[in-house]
Amino acid sequence: MKKEKVIVNNQVGLHARPASLFVQEAAKYQSDISVQCQDPETNENRDANAKSILGILTLGVFQGTEITITADGEDEDDAVKALIALVKDNFGEE
Amino acid sequence: MIEFSGISASRGMCVGPVFQFVRQKLEITVKKQVNPSEELVRLNLAIDTAKDQIDLIYKKALKESSDADAEIFKAHRMILEDPELIKEVKKKIEKENQSAEIAMQETGMAFSEMMAAMDDEYFASRAMDIMDVTNRVLRILLNVAESPTSGLKEPSVIVADDLTPSDTVMLDKSLVVGFCTAQGSATSHTAILARGLGIPAVSGAGNDVLTQKNGSTVILDGTKGKAIFAPKESVLEEYQKRIEAAKVIREESLKNAHDPATTKDGKVVEVVSNIGNVEGAKSAIENGAEGVGLLRTEFLYLEQSMLPSEEVQYKAYKGILEEFGNMPVILRTLDVGGDKEIPYMGLEAEANSFLGQRALRLCLERPEIFKPQLRAALRASVGHNLKIMFPMVATTSEVREARKVLEECMNELKKEGVLYAEDIEIGIMVEIPSAAMTADQLAKEVDFFSIGTNDLSQYTMAADRTNPKVASLSNAFFPAVLRLVRAVIKAAHEEGKWVGMCGELAGEPLALPILLGLELDEFSMNPPMIPLAKQIIRNLDSEEMKKIAAEVLELENPAQIKGFIKDKIPFIAELTG
Repeated sequence: MKKEKVIVNNQVGLHARPASLFVQEAAKYQSDISVQCQDPETNENRDANAKSILGILTLGVFQGTEITITADGEDEDDAVKALIALVKDNFGEE
Repeated sequence: MIEFSGISASRGMCVGPVFQFVRQKLEITVKKQVNPSEELVRLNLAIDTAKDQIDLIYKKALKESSDADAEIFKAHRMILEDPELIKEVKKKIEKENQSAEIAMQETGMAFSEMMAAMDDEYFASRAMDIMDVTNRVLRILLNVAESPTSGLKEPSVIVADDLTPSDTVMLDKSLVVGFCTAQGSATSHTAILARGLGIPAVSGAGNDVLTQKNGSTVILDGTKGKAIFAPKESVLEEYQKRIEAAKVIREESLKNAHDPATTKDGKVVEVVSNIGNVEGAKSAIENGAEGVGLLRTEFLYLEQSMLPSEEVQYKAYKGILEEFGNMPVILRTLDVGGDKEIPYMGLEAEANSFLGQRALRLCLERPEIFKPQLRAALRASVGHNLKIMFPMVATTSEVREARKVLEECMNELKKEGVLYAEDIEIGIMVEIPSAAMTADQLAKEVDFFSIGTNDLSQYTMAADRTNPKVASLSNAFFPAVLRLVRAVIKAAHEEGKWVGMCGELAGEPLALPILLGLELDEFSMNPPMIPLAKQIIRNLDSEEMKKIAAEVLELENPAQIKGFIKDKIPFIAELTG
C-alpha cells in the first residue's frame, strides 16, 4: 500500500473540471485508490473512492485542503505519483 | 395580462409565443416477481444504450455548441461509469430484489439529494445531472421516447420547470427566442445556455408559468427577470420598440466598426485595443481598433527559457507595429513580479507580490532586463507611432529614473548610429492610489496617462482581485475608484496632457457613459468589445454624460451605480447581455 499527502492549491479545489480530471486519471490504474481528508468544521475523517466522481465531489475538497491519496494494488506507486503530480500541477490551471 | 417575477438568468428581451415544454411522465410500476439476474442484464443493457446516446449527444454538442456544453455530457458519462453509483444500483437488485427501474430511480434520487443538500449552486447543478442521467436510463428501460419538443415549429419562448442539458441539446436553437423556467437559478444549465446563445432567460419564475396557455404571447424581460403573459397592447408595443432599438444598435455597431466614435454632440474619442501578441493585433484591426492602448510585452518573457534578446524583442515589436502602420501603439514595459515563475530571471517569491518588487520597480533594479527592452522598442519605432509606458509607478522620482535609463539607451543608439523615432511620447500607468493622488505632479513628468483600473481597484479597495473571498470588493464601479479616475483626468487635463484607460472598465458598456462624462480621451479594450463600445458612444451626448457622471460619483456602491446608469440610459441596459 502506498500513501502520500498533498495540499490542493488550485482555485476551485476538487470540483468541476479538476474533479473529472482526477477521477479520469485514477481510472487508468488497476489499484484500489482512495482519497482521505478532514472535514474543516468537525475534524471528522472523510474517505472517498478516487474512481467515483460522485464520491470525490461530495468529499468537499476546497482550495487549501490537505488530502491523503492511498493506493493499493500492483500499480500503486505509479497511481499515487500520477495523482500527486496532477494536484501539484493545479490540474493544468493558470 | 399576468406578470411573473423571477431571476435574471440571461439579459435582453424578446416577444414570442409560449411553448410549454412538457416532459413525458415516467411511470414505474412495482413488479411482483423479480428475477435479479434478468434485471441485472436489463440494467447493463440500458446503461450501455444510455452511454451510446450520450456519446452521440456529446459529438453533436461539440459540433453545434460550446465546449462547455459538451463537457456536461462528458460528466454525464462519468456519472454512468461511477463505481459507487453502479455498485449501489446492483446491490438493490441483488440484495433487495428490486427491479432495474426502481433500483436505478432510488439510487439516482439518493445521490442527487445528497448533492442538493450541499446548499451550493454548483452541487445543485450536479444533482440535476444525476437525475438527468437517471431519467435517461429509466426512459430506456421503460421504452419512452426522448424529446418533448418535436412539436416546436415556430420561434418560441420555451416555458419549462427547468431544463437539463439532455433536454436542450436536441432542441433546434433557431426556434428558441427565450427561456422561462419555473425553477432554477442564474447558474443553472438553462441560464448558461441562454447566455451562450445571447437570448434572454428568466429563471425561478414559479410554477404558475407552467399553466400559461400554449401559443399565447409572452414578453420576456431577461434583464429585469420578468415574464409578462398575454400582455396589453400598449405594453407589447413599448417592448417591441425597445427590442427593435437594441437590435438596431447591435447591427449598426458591426456595420460601423471602422468608423470613429463620435458622440451625438460631435465629440470624438479614441477607441483602441489591448493586445499581447501578433494575433491580437490582427483581431484588433478587424474589430476597428484605432491603435493600441496597451501592448503587453510579458508574452515575450513567459514563452522563453532565457531572457529574450534585444534582437528577438525588436522583431516582435516591429511585427506588431507594422500591422498598425501609422496608428498609435502604446508599449508597456515589462510588468512582472514574484507571482510569475520566470526561472531565468530568478525572481524571489514575495509574501505579497502585488505589493512587492514588480514591474518598473524590478526593471529599475535590473538594467540588464530593462535596457534591452527599451533599446528594442526604440529601434522598432522608426516609421511608426510608438509610445512607451511604464507600469506600477508610485512616485515622481521613479518616472525620472525610468526616463533617465531611456535617455541612456537613446544616447547609446545615437553613438552606434542606429535610428529611432525622435518624437516618442512617454507615459505611465496610473494604477497605484499614490500616483492617482499626485497625478498633478506626475502629469508634469510625462506626455500621457493610462489608467489601469484592475490594479487601481484592488489597491484602492485593499482587496486582492485573485482572492474569491474579497474579489467583489475589487470592483472599479466603487465610487472610491471612480473618484480617483475623475481626479486623474482632471489633473492631466490641467497640464494639457491626455488620459487613456486600459483596464476592464474601459470596455464595460455601463461604464462608458461615466467615463465619457469624466472626459476620458482614450478607451482601450479587448478587440471583440470595440464595435459595441463605439456604437454606444455614438448614441451618447457628452455634455449630458457630464451631469450623469457627477451624479454617479455621489452614489455609494457598484449596484447603485449600475442601476442608476440602466435607469438613465435604458438602451445600454438592453445591450449588456
